[in-house]
Amino acid sequence: MQTILSVFEKTCKDFPNKTAFVDRERESSFAETAVHAKRIASGLLGYGKQRAIAVMIDKSCNCIDCMLGALYANDYYVVVDVKSPKERIESILNTLKNPVIIADEKSEELAKEFKYDYPVLSYNALVSIEFDVDALQKVREEMIDLDIAYILFTSGSTGSPKGTVINHRSLISYVDWVTEEFGFDENTVFGSQTPLYFSMSVTDFYSTLKCGCTYNIIPKTLFSFPINMVNYLNDNRINTIYWVPTALSILSNWKVFDVEKPKYLHTVLFAGEVMPMKQLNYWMNSLDNVKFANLFGPTEATDICTFYVVDREFSDTDSLPIGRHCNNCNVFILKDDGTEATAGEEGELYIRSSFVASGYYNNPEKTNESFVQNPLNPYYPETVYKTGDLVKMNERGEILYISRTDFQIKRSGYRIELGEIEAAANGLVGIKGCACIYDKDSESIVLFYEGKKSDIDAVYEQVKKNVPVYMYPEKVLRIKELPKNANGKIDRLKLLEIFKSND
Amino acid sequence: MDKLIEILNSLRPGVDFAAQTKIVDDGILDSMTIARLIGLLEDEYDIEFEVTDLVPENFNSVEAMMKMIERLED
Repeated sequence: MQTILSVFEKTCKDFPNKTAFVDRERESSFAETAVHAKRIASGLLGYGKQRAIAVMIDKSCNCIDCMLGALYANDYYVVVDVKSPKERIESILNTLKNPVIIADEKSEELAKEFKYDYPVLSYNALVSIEFDVDALQKVREEMIDLDIAYILFTSGSTGSPKGTVINHRSLISYVDWVTEEFGFDENTVFGSQTPLYFSMSVTDFYSTLKCGCTYNIIPKTLFSFPINMVNYLNDNRINTIYWVPTALSILSNWKVFDVEKPKYLHTVLFAGEVMPMKQLNYWMNSLDNVKFANLFGPTEATDICTFYVVDREFSDTDSLPIGRHCNNCNVFILKDDGTEATAGEEGELYIRSSFVASGYYNNPEKTNESFVQNPLNPYYPETVYKTGDLVKMNERGEILYISRTDFQIKRSGYRIELGEIEAAANGLVGIKGCACIYDKDSESIVLFYEGKKSDIDAVYEQVKKNVPVYMYPEKVLRIKELPKNANGKIDRLKLLEIFKSND
Repeated sequence: MDKLIEILNSLRPGVDFAAQTKIVDDGILDSMTIARLIGLLEDEYDIEFEVTDLVPENFNSVEAMMKMIERLED
């Protein structure tokens, strides 16, 4: 298979009338999705190939039509979070070379507000075009697997957003692994949580295209109503979910399975942040015959590079391993002196794989920092991705995540592990969630927790019981609700802001 | 009731909440705002929600919310 479109077309042939995508407004079969995508592609052909198509549409069947439409025109898509600040959208558009915008009724006004005159096409107009079979065929004949499929912009803690470039080859290799590993097929029904501008969405979306699964977009409000959420999972026969841990924790914090259980769920995958064990233990103790797996990887490796299928018990204060490498994805750990770490030794994680992105769009400087010549191979050009993640391997051969390499906090020579402090606090009954941050200016470790006001002393005691003295936080603060970013993860930058503004 | 409306307006200014009957169904409060509202109500009224309280019907109107709060206060 040369492009992801060939993969999709095989599914269209095998399951043309099966429901592929479900949102609040409509359902779309594979055949219908393909027709919509080809119509949109026909409307894009006039703008030239390998052009950026900025899709400014909420997560929906319509948005998916546009993403695939871009691929059929041999363009690449960039899904834009229409709810993000205008400056960020502008910065993304300005980073791209000559983007074409697709908008719907809701975003059309916003799309026309930008400084430069980007062409703005309407979804409704594009999707009504009669498609040009010959022209599309001609475009296909010219496509190669190194053509860009999409660019994902990561939030980036500082400066302008970085756009990770993923080509068809990376996508095909990654999807081959994830679908084989978890055995997705036409009976898989995904309940999708993650936004389409976030790398985790690649997994359930492209698995659906490859295996003929059903991809059900869960309405966001259901994350506020746990019982309704479980009913929704049951009504839609959802059997597989791949969510951020914060989203999974909502259901466990409310102990919803004591009232209502998912009837069809058999696979629960998570990634994007650390899964608190207390939360996972509630899931595992409440549900029988469900496979749980912790997935790990950067956007720069399409989605995932290592994974761990939970195969033993962990206590509430333990941390889960990030496991072993995926098939067709080689990872290695290098110490500061450039040699490979042995079991127990810490080092930086490197990824060598077709999963690895082509680089950052329009950003040679950042690209050269992270996409580097394999330090273990002086013989021929071979690019590997330097993750910036500090890890070590345990005696079982599983990789454990420690922290970001550029965010190591040292005190009197000791390294502070914010994750360990969080794991300890999260283990306490009654704590719905917590996040530990470090404020460089005041050199303080600050632990925020979501729970009762009266829990504050217990939280401090719990941390003291589980971490060494030099890791005791300077401040323990209660917060009504931990702020979340657009991907649904805990927003740590926001917490730092909150701390600074109150201090 | 006024206190509740004040809380709601602190989350979503400019909405006449007293006149609404589909606060959740019409998306006047999104999921993030509802999560924040739940935390605020627990604090302000010194109540604790059970998972069975968290259904859209209890949040669709000011009356429904007030009824639930009063029940939980007892």
